[in-house]
Amino acid sequence: MQRKFSLTINGKPYADEVEPRLLLIHYLREVAGLTGPHIGCETSTCGACTVMLDGKAVKSCTLFAVQADGRDVLTIEGLATDVGLDPLQEAFWNEHGLQCGFCTPGMIMTARQLLEDNPSPTDDEIRKGLEGNVCRCTGYQHILNAVKAAAIQMEKRGA
Amino acid sequence: MIPREFDYEAPTSLQETLQLIASGERKLLAGGMSLIPMMKLRLATPDSLVDLGRVPGLNHIVESSGTLQIGATATHHDIETFPLIRGRCPLLAEAASHIGDVQVRNRGTIGGSIAHADPAADYPAALLALEAQIRLVSASSDRIVPAVEFFLDAFTTALEPGEIVVEVLVPAEPGAEGYSYEKAPHPASGFAIVGVAARIQRSGGKISLARIGVTGLGARAFRAMEAERLLESGSSLDQAVATVGEGEDANSDLYASAEYRKHLARVRAKRALEVALRRAS
Amino acid sequence: MATTTVKPETLVGKKVRRREDPRLITGTATYLDDIKLPGMYHACVVRSPYGAARIKSVNIKPALELPGVAAIFTGDDVKDLPSVPCVAQLPGLRMPHHHMLAQDRVYFVGHPIAVVVARDRYLAADAADAVEVEYEELPAVADPEKALAPGSPAVHPQWPDNTAFTFHQEGGHIEEAFREADVIVKQRITSQRLIPMAMETRGVVADWHAAEKSLTLYSSSQAPHLLRSLLAGIFGIPENRLRVVAPEVGGGFGSKIDIYAEDMLMTFVTQRLNKPVKWVESRRENFLGTIHGRGHVDYYELAAKRDGTMLGLKLKIIQDLGAYLQLLTPAIPTLSVLMMPGLYKFKHISADVIGAFTNCFPTDAYRGAGRPEATHGIERMVDILAAELKMDPAELRLKNFPAPEEFPFPTATGLAYDSGNYALPLKTALAEVEYDKLREEQKQGRQTGKLLGIGMSAYGEICAFGPSPATPTGGWESATVKIEPSGKVTILTGASPHGQGEETTFAQIAADELGVNIDDIVVYHGDTQLVQYGIGTFGSRGTAIGGAALYYALQELKEKIKKFGATLLEANQVSLSGGACIDEKSGKSVSFAEIAAAAYRALKLPPNTQPGLVATHFWEPPNFTFPFGAHVVITEVDRETGEIAIRRYVAVDDCGKIINPLLVAGQVHGGVAQGLGQALWEQAVYDDNGQLLTGELTDYAVPRAHMMPWIEASHTVTPSPVNPLGVKGVGEAGTIGCSPAVVNSVVDALSHLGVRHLDMPLTPEKIWRIVQAGGQA
Repeated sequence: MQRKFSLTINGKPYADEVEPRLLLIHYLREVAGLTGPHIGCETSTCGACTVMLDGKAVKSCTLFAVQADGRDVLTIEGLATDVGLDPLQEAFWNEHGLQCGFCTPGMIMTARQLLEDNPSPTDDEIRKGLEGNVCRCTGYQHILNAVKAAAIQMEKRGA
Repeated sequence: MIPREFDYEAPTSLQETLQLIASGERKLLAGGMSLIPMMKLRLATPDSLVDLGRVPGLNHIVESSGTLQIGATATHHDIETFPLIRGRCPLLAEAASHIGDVQVRNRGTIGGSIAHADPAADYPAALLALEAQIRLVSASSDRIVPAVEFFLDAFTTALEPGEIVVEVLVPAEPGAEGYSYEKAPHPASGFAIVGVAARIQRSGGKISLARIGVTGLGARAFRAMEAERLLESGSSLDQAVATVGEGEDANSDLYASAEYRKHLARVRAKRALEVALRRAS
Repeated sequence: MATTTVKPETLVGKKVRRREDPRLITGTATYLDDIKLPGMYHACVVRSPYGAARIKSVNIKPALELPGVAAIFTGDDVKDLPSVPCVAQLPGLRMPHHHMLAQDRVYFVGHPIAVVVARDRYLAADAADAVEVEYEELPAVADPEKALAPGSPAVHPQWPDNTAFTFHQEGGHIEEAFREADVIVKQRITSQRLIPMAMETRGVVADWHAAEKSLTLYSSSQAPHLLRSLLAGIFGIPENRLRVVAPEVGGGFGSKIDIYAEDMLMTFVTQRLNKPVKWVESRRENFLGTIHGRGHVDYYELAAKRDGTMLGLKLKIIQDLGAYLQLLTPAIPTLSVLMMPGLYKFKHISADVIGAFTNCFPTDAYRGAGRPEATHGIERMVDILAAELKMDPAELRLKNFPAPEEFPFPTATGLAYDSGNYALPLKTALAEVEYDKLREEQKQGRQTGKLLGIGMSAYGEICAFGPSPATPTGGWESATVKIEPSGKVTILTGASPHGQGEETTFAQIAADELGVNIDDIVVYHGDTQLVQYGIGTFGSRGTAIGGAALYYALQELKEKIKKFGATLLEANQVSLSGGACIDEKSGKSVSFAEIAAAAYRALKLPPNTQPGLVATHFWEPPNFTFPFGAHVVITEVDRETGEIAIRRYVAVDDCGKIINPLLVAGQVHGGVAQGLGQALWEQAVYDDNGQLLTGELTDYAVPRAHMMPWIEASHTVTPSPVNPLGVKGVGEAGTIGCSPAVVNSVVDALSHLGVRHLDMPLTPEKIWRIVQAGGQA
């Protein structure tokens, strides 16, 4: 059984016919050809596949592609613009918030919602906000620094 | 990693949904936060899914004559953050904030969570303490079940085949109530080893109402009624919490034995009550 | 010709942001699963659900009939192929033939039975489900001590004692030490099985080109050249027709050094089908079928004088090997033996290692590889001795360190510690936490039932593996530096970084040495067709050996540059500075680009000089390096729940000279996270039937952001004399220093109750129980 559906990914429209069991992460990676969202587990625990669906961070491995019918997906690939990197990307770079980089796209997407919900979070709020994203390299300390730095940067931009 | 094949329906009205599930053979998909991982591991292999994601009018959060009506597809994130719930039923918002992580809370729904009835889920403790009611609808029925009659056993509820949770009804907090949700999370899954939700009302220096919901300890969440009674009749906190979980068949796993869980439930109950007492004016 | 030059600021020692990051933060890096080749098949492996069983039958027929299925192979198809390789050698080592697909028996849960190849991964998964395997379950054994007990089920029927090897080492005269001792303390200490859990699981894409009889194999490997050599041997493919590419690798921590059954299987499949094939491990497979770490049961005996002088140390290690020997499996506990004296001046040691087969996946090198076990053991023993002697644990440590002037310091295990000032980090860390004040607070707190713990570890480690005679793989590293005709610099390193950041640190080194802009330098690695032979990245060797090889290649190249510079400037002697050659006499200079152009144009060659600007250096280190440091951890134990809160975590590490402080801090933080994981949460638990009870991330607890304390990391700097950069390595330090400091802290918090030792992980229930029992385990 195939099912038609359409969605927007990073501002571009897509329309396809897929099996209902096709997971969104596989649609993004195998059909739409993206490489940013990663697969790190199958139990919805690691967060490497995190993308934004209609502006909310979700684990794209725990969503059937057809559930995203008519919706808007934003991945790490959609963050940087012609003007440059997103403040979060810039901050992760400056603060050495990544090592192997595998968790980074998901981590940044979750951090994005974190800062949208709470533009000036405390350390504890950042740690709690990132609890759904596992990083095995950094011990999270530089990630914490990166999110704080991005928050300051975004506040400046907004001001 | 990869789910088995299944048929998929995405109805756009409650009526259509109820017809699709009337035979009891199709499985409902709400947020999918429990179901989809199980399907990926092929521990769940439904032939047919009915996706609630396109049914309008199921994710409302409104207050009507002192009762909060929370639609089944309201997400945990909605419940955690909506001013109405934070203001009028802060215990439920607090419990919601402990579920999974923000990505899970963005997708997971209250209806899906309680229908799944994981014995270590957070909501049941709060809903029991809140004396919430759950509205269940099928093609041929519409009934309201108190939370205490809804959670029957591990992964087992009062839902009949063809029935769906449409709404959770929670009395709005009268204003002077103290509350707290205290949880000991499993370090890997984040589920409750134990979670205790407490509500306290005081009058004239005494506890006039105590409600305690406990999750994670046994096969289903339960109300610690003996402890409630003791508190309302002037017993000390220690005396009251010593009865929490008495007679319950406690879960045991690698991380926490039955004995420790029971002990932890009492410690957490005491801490939840202490916070609730402080908050109760 | 230019007459002025600007010397760019030096970069070594500075916080240079990483050059690998732009592709990683934009999601455009190419990890294994991002590789897609035309006509590529997908493979799915059928695995055993039993820890030990006889395979009665495998029926692939129903699976073969499913849509999209290209082929299914079973044990019979690969029975004549060589074993999954183990390169570690020990006298008398029993080496079972590790077939890439099980033959008549399975030996662990997850043991590959068959490989299903299909058009896409969904169809492959469906078909794998449809393969029917009939088993007869056999008794299993998962605990190494039980495995060694008489009457235990035999993992391999031919070796009923489950003993793969025994190994003995001694130095000095151990019996003398124990005769002279005033005090002898003994303790059984375990270091539990752990799962490395790199965020990227393993994966392989194998692509056979029949016409050329050549293979390209992409594998998420830490050691691509080693993989190439071993695969070449196994399949008889000449190395010059076998290209191994380690693409972007999402973490390894030792688990991706190995050559795995699936590397071999995909090679086999692509040759049989003449099509590219991809296999990507699921997380569950990663837990079941990628090497685990640790798995020690250790018995310690420490002999000392009443004044605290440590004399002798006896150690018996029972190493849980698992069912097979992976690449380095039996060698890991021998590293523990080398490191067993820690930082202390033991004259006498004696060690026995027994390698036990169990029905589990093999253990092998996981971050620290043998050294965390040894450090944990000795650092616990020192605290136990301190308690026995009623001495302050810091004082006891300080008393037994070699003094800075005693280096190189010979150990009873036959090593020569390169350089050190062991007291400095410990004193620094203790001052940082205000040790004396804390002891006072602890004393006061105990009167009201507060449980405050002050724990420390003074650790040392062997890094920079290592001199070739001491390693089973060769211990050198290689570097090539090319100055392209335009003056741009290309570096090829034989190391294979996967998160460590050597594209940046190596560029920093080269920028300083050559005096060129870092943006004109690119570092390549991981592709055997591009890069000269190399050993790889593991054992904190990337910078200490790979960086040193680069340094020497740069020196050779600089000499050649100067020759061209002198020729162009018609000078006798020139100096190299700021990306140019300068004739000090005339003040004239010639830029890099001009020299490079001249070197390739070759109109005017210096005497006895070939055209071009390329240098390759293979560097063999004369010794290991020995980083050290001290971690101090302040804990508060909740006596009602047994939960542990870390109030402060202070790490003072000495990894020699620091190339990039940002990256060193990152390594320390990440290392501490994994050490803390072991100390508090992580454990791979097999039940008596060999079922892995912690088989998913929902059961196996890795540290998350909200579980980690703030780490106060600082450094002392004692340069290593072993390599010209003075670096020691830092990849494993955090992990090694962490777990004993945490456990010592919690034991310290409970010591007044009579608690002397606790095994990891320190779960709340374990702590609660011991508090309940008044300190009695």
